[in-house]
Amino acid sequence: MALRFEILARFNRARAAELILPHFVCHTPLFMPVGTQGTIKGLTTNELEEIGCQIILGNTYHLALRPTSELIDEMGGLHKFMNWPRALLTDSGGFQMVSLLHLADITEKGVTFQSPVDGKPMLLTPEESIQIQNRIGADIIMALDDVVKTTITGPRIEEAMYRTLRWIDRCIKAHKRPDEQNLFGIVQGGLDPRLRDICVKGLVERNLPGYAIGGLAGGEDKDSFWRVVAQCTASLPEDKPRYVMGVGYPLDIVVCSALGADMYDCVYPTRTARFGTALVPEGVLKLKHKAMAEDVRPVDPTCKCMVCKNYTRAYIHCLVTKDAMGSQLLSYHNLYYMMKLSRDLHSSIIQGRFPQFVCQFLQKMFPEGDVPEWVCNAMEVAGIDISSCCAPFPLSEDEHLTVCEAR
Amino acid sequence: MKFRVKAWSKTGRSRVGELQLGSCPYTIETPALLLSTRKGLPHFISPQLLPSLPSPDSFLLQCNPLHFIEGISFETISKIGGLHDLLGLREYAIAAVPRDSDVCLPESNSTNKFGASFETPSGRHLIKPVDYMNMISSMKPDLWTTLADEVPAWVSQNRNRTSVDRTVRWVDECIERNVTGGAVFGSIVGGSSIEERQRCAQEIARRNVSGYWIGGFGLGESMDERPALLDVVMDNLLEEKPRQIFGLSLPEEVLQGISAGVDLFDSTYIYDLTVGGLALTFPFDGTDPRPSNYQFNENASDFTKINLKATIYRKDESPILDNCNCYTCQNHTRAYINHLLNVHEMLAQTLLEIHNTHHYLALSSFGEGVRIKSLQGPYFVGGFSVNYSGL
Ligand SMILES: [Zn+2]
Ligand SMILES: [Zn+2]
Repeated sequence: MALRFEILARFNRARAAELILPHFVCHTPLFMPVGTQGTIKGLTTNELEEIGCQIILGNTYHLALRPTSELIDEMGGLHKFMNWPRALLTDSGGFQMVSLLHLADITEKGVTFQSPVDGKPMLLTPEESIQIQNRIGADIIMALDDVVKTTITGPRIEEAMYRTLRWIDRCIKAHKRPDEQNLFGIVQGGLDPRLRDICVKGLVERNLPGYAIGGLAGGEDKDSFWRVVAQCTASLPEDKPRYVMGVGYPLDIVVCSALGADMYDCVYPTRTARFGTALVPEGVLKLKHKAMAEDVRPVDPTCKCMVCKNYTRAYIHCLVTKDAMGSQLLSYHNLYYMMKLSRDLHSSIIQGRFPQFVCQFLQKMFPEGDVPEWVCNAMEVAGIDISSCCAPFPLSEDEHLTVCEAR
Repeated sequence: MKFRVKAWSKTGRSRVGELQLGSCPYTIETPALLLSTRKGLPHFISPQLLPSLPSPDSFLLQCNPLHFIEGISFETISKIGGLHDLLGLREYAIAAVPRDSDVCLPESNSTNKFGASFETPSGRHLIKPVDYMNMISSMKPDLWTTLADEVPAWVSQNRNRTSVDRTVRWVDECIERNVTGGAVFGSIVGGSSIEERQRCAQEIARRNVSGYWIGGFGLGESMDERPALLDVVMDNLLEEKPRQIFGLSLPEEVLQGISAGVDLFDSTYIYDLTVGGLALTFPFDGTDPRPSNYQFNENASDFTKINLKATIYRKDESPILDNCNCYTCQNHTRAYINHLLNVHEMLAQTLLEIHNTHHYLALSSFGEGVRIKSLQGPYFVGGFSVNYSGL
């Protein structure tokens, strides 16, 4: 194990912790931006530090193709190659194959896929995924799992869960750098609580440095989503970090953190920036919209980032989707927003005002009090009283409850 | 604006000077480069990284008002407070020039007596002096050049004469409508005709302008015919006023301009290099690094620049240039930039634009380098030799 996870404070199920990794001491709850190919959208590593990024993701599938893990190894690892002094995490590569390639086929051996270079069939085994990740050298590496869409039902889900458990042993066995890199296991099992439970138990027996909740954020309904998170966080060990994979909407992060999750990753903030959308406390701001052309306010008047301090919506409007600088500036703001959200979650838990923070967050996003029912349900399970923001101001205490329940 | 010629070359026309512009608190030594921008910001360098470029040489920006024809109204720019506030660059000197060399080019066939025509991504636009001056008054640049009718080198004598007539008339119309405090640079055209160049320069020299903008270069004339054209223009201008040029962008062209007595240049070359995956590497020590018959060699280098897309840099752990103190060279290897180029990641352009800007600024300025050398006679900079008329 090459990490320490120290919980500094709790609010019911929510935790604020220090995650001490070989390259950086991270504060959780934490959003991890995705730098697929060893970089994020024209931002320099200096800027990423300024924004407050603590750990970034590299995609094993892409890096293994170009520049190849052998080259990264030869260059001294990904940290050195991209000159990023803080922490890194790599995924197993399996998910990218299944989602990007039509011809991926999963067998007991591994994931067979057609090489995008020469079209030949290739096989990614659990052993190989770990070897590649060992060469890349991230602080956290992910086990190869059998990924199935959450919207799929039937025996395939069960098969995938058991295969994921069999593969974790092959991953553990193949892992050559356990003193420098932390192997996280991934809980699978679709939306079936029984399967999730078996998977959690199986993984916990292996005493891994951390655990991820996989197979979510794939189009399942929100109520199923939070219930899986709630179930897994409840049964995963207290003293290990919990990472919900592929989650990146601010609202989802707040809900999952209330339920006791610690880490998140998603391409959403940078991808949406490319299409001209800014993350703001009220939700999103579409800067492509014509109305923005005359709007002389900052993207988010409450944001202290370089972009909001210097630029108007009108200027960003005339850059977005046309000039490289448009997506650079919006990515900067969006990542700043996500990192600020992470910091606020962390500090509000430490300062014992987590419910107040959650309420403020929800109030901004749902000023009419129309907080979605699934959020109300999840918060109830999390023991966070959000009645004060669940209906417009003049409602009485009792009416709040009725509104919430009625959803 | 304040401008002062500090010294002249003993044998030639080169000069070094000092320029102070608008809200920029720094005195900028000339010859100097104006950094080319897209909508006011360098193409790929975020405003956060701008301060890492050599100061104060990087504080001159060239902005094309026509970039804002679409997407934002000039009323809004005015409401925001003009270009400096729009761009969040209050300490930078911004020069407005109504053209560039990649997305907004003069379209002389459609230019008429009412205004100048330009080909832009949002279509062809005919800009009348009154339109242009509306742009200028809402943008409030520190320096702006008057509207010009630029024509390619191959147009008829008649068309060339018309272009001078129009350009001179538009200088008057622009000045008449001017309501900003920015310095006005009168545009000089005349194509490849010595007579027309002379006529235009004489007319503009008589006007109440703070400096001169020399257009109509880089439009098909040969490098050999330039010295005479430049000389006749310079001979007719007031010596104490600064001279800005457009269309001389390659290193040898900038040196050609310096030799002729030009003070301000555009830096399109940096953009071209950057999008081509090329990095400047020429030395400043006065030596010529090139063998007599040079081309890109097996190291993907022509001795003045390297092509970082080449496979040879795949595992190259050195910076673009040893001893370069730009952000890129201080932080990243050739191998990393090669990877970024291979996978089409924007950071490649960001890092290349930083290095190339850093390096190219040193060509015109280089503290004690070119500025002083340009006063001393024939010289080499990074293998770019300048040796003609009077140097
Ligand atoms: Zn911001
Ligand atoms: Zn450099």
